[in-house]
Amino acid sequence: MSKPKIFLCRCEDVTLDEFREAYREGFTELESLKRYTGVGTGFCQGKGCLSESAGELAVLRNIPPGEVRLTNIRPPAEPLTFAQLAALDVPPAGDDVEDDS
Amino acid sequence: MIPLSSGPVPVTADAVIIGGGINGLATARELAHQGLKNIVILEKNYIGSGSTGRCGGGIRQQWTTEENIRLAQESVAMYENMSADLGYQVFFRQGGYLMITESEDDLPALREAVALQNRCDVPTEFLQPAECRKIVPDLDISHLKGATFCPKDGTAYPFAVVWGYARACHRAGVNIFIRTQVTGITADDGGIRTVHTDRGDIATGRVINCAGPWARALAAMVGVQLPNRQERHEIMVSESLKPFLDPMVISITNGIYFSQSLRGEIVGGIGDPAEPGLEGPSRFDTRSQLRFAVRFAKALVRHYPRAAQVRMMRQWAGMYDVTPDHRPILGGVPGLDGYYHICGFSGHGFMLGPVTGRRMARHIATGEADDIITSLSLDRFAKGDLKPDAFVVG
Repeated sequence: MSKPKIFLCRCEDVTLDEFREAYREGFTELESLKRYTGVGTGFCQGKGCLSESAGELAVLRNIPPGEVRLTNIRPPAEPLTFAQLAALDVPPAGDDVEDDS
Repeated sequence: MIPLSSGPVPVTADAVIIGGGINGLATARELAHQGLKNIVILEKNYIGSGSTGRCGGGIRQQWTTEENIRLAQESVAMYENMSADLGYQVFFRQGGYLMITESEDDLPALREAVALQNRCDVPTEFLQPAECRKIVPDLDISHLKGATFCPKDGTAYPFAVVWGYARACHRAGVNIFIRTQVTGITADDGGIRTVHTDRGDIATGRVINCAGPWARALAAMVGVQLPNRQERHEIMVSESLKPFLDPMVISITNGIYFSQSLRGEIVGGIGDPAEPGLEGPSRFDTRSQLRFAVRFAKALVRHYPRAAQVRMMRQWAGMYDVTPDHRPILGGVPGLDGYYHICGFSGHGFMLGPVTGRRMARHIATGEADDIITSLSLDRFAKGDLKPDAFVVG
């Protein structure tokens, strides 16, 4: 029987081994790990895996979990259809919703 | 493998490149090929974190000036070979660009552009609205008056491109430092002397400013005034779908563009006339707006009604580094030996970075400026020698 897989990101089927391998390849920050492995980019947008990923990265880098930089959280809070969005009135310019500097 | 550079920076370097996006990485890699040793890249965040990683990944040859067309052709030739060249899959896909218009008034210019592109051997064709449905079967053509299509335009995954270049840089001995901030640059009558960073100072005779939207502030450190302004543009990605959309669709009427990534997502954006224009003050701002999501959704559903039930997953913003003629600024400045800039791409850095990096590396290594570098030098603005392109969209 093959080795059991541990899934870190259930939306995008990213396993713990894949995450660790990506780290070894040089993806040493969550922002890069997200874009390389897809972790946190599925329907839950990281709600189910961001803290787990950060904890694993802290172990890999041997730093306290609080020192791991988290990914920027992008709107919307939950996926919306284009029909739902298109039904809204266009808000005026300057309605910035996210501080992402 | 890209090493995590967390230690101090080297004490000396033959060239310091500031910016770890497409321009800095491509230039570093080509400089290494030119035989330069001890090249350092300084990136204040992570690889691709600036404009490169925030862009839509489009690469097109449909321009209205011969110079832009020829440069884009050279770039497409590089992208066609890039995965093999870098030994890294960059997901370049030539699904074409379909440029649509809703205005009869645009048609003569579109036909003229097709003729010019054809003379340059770019295989663009003019399409009637009904013919667009051969390329995008579910496109709503009821508003359209015409379109142009070039099957050799395409898209690549911006992060894969910078990762591929970063690995190639690493193999060539280039030292890449992420999370490293430039705090100052010292120059004197002899030219560039020192780059100061929060990890230490580097003595060097060459600085290459590839800082994208930060390029103007960086140039000011050595007294170089760039006319660039920074402009926010927003973009989004949908859930992944089975392949259904071959080309990048782009409207010269309302500024929407959308394509399908190889991961299956719709990736798209739309220009916003409410963002400050060239006359207004720069706004360095990467915040997202609900306004963008609503405007994009309305335009997408209008052009492609079947997308209505597709879900939008994420939106974000990036900065364009915009010049008065929407063309990059290449080369150096008289009287400041060893300073070079590769900036001002005005939203087209991803599609041009590989070729401008190659040409600039040759210039830096040999001292010879080719026709493109001469034509795109900073002094064109003082001379008023501008060749703006009519197809600046998004």
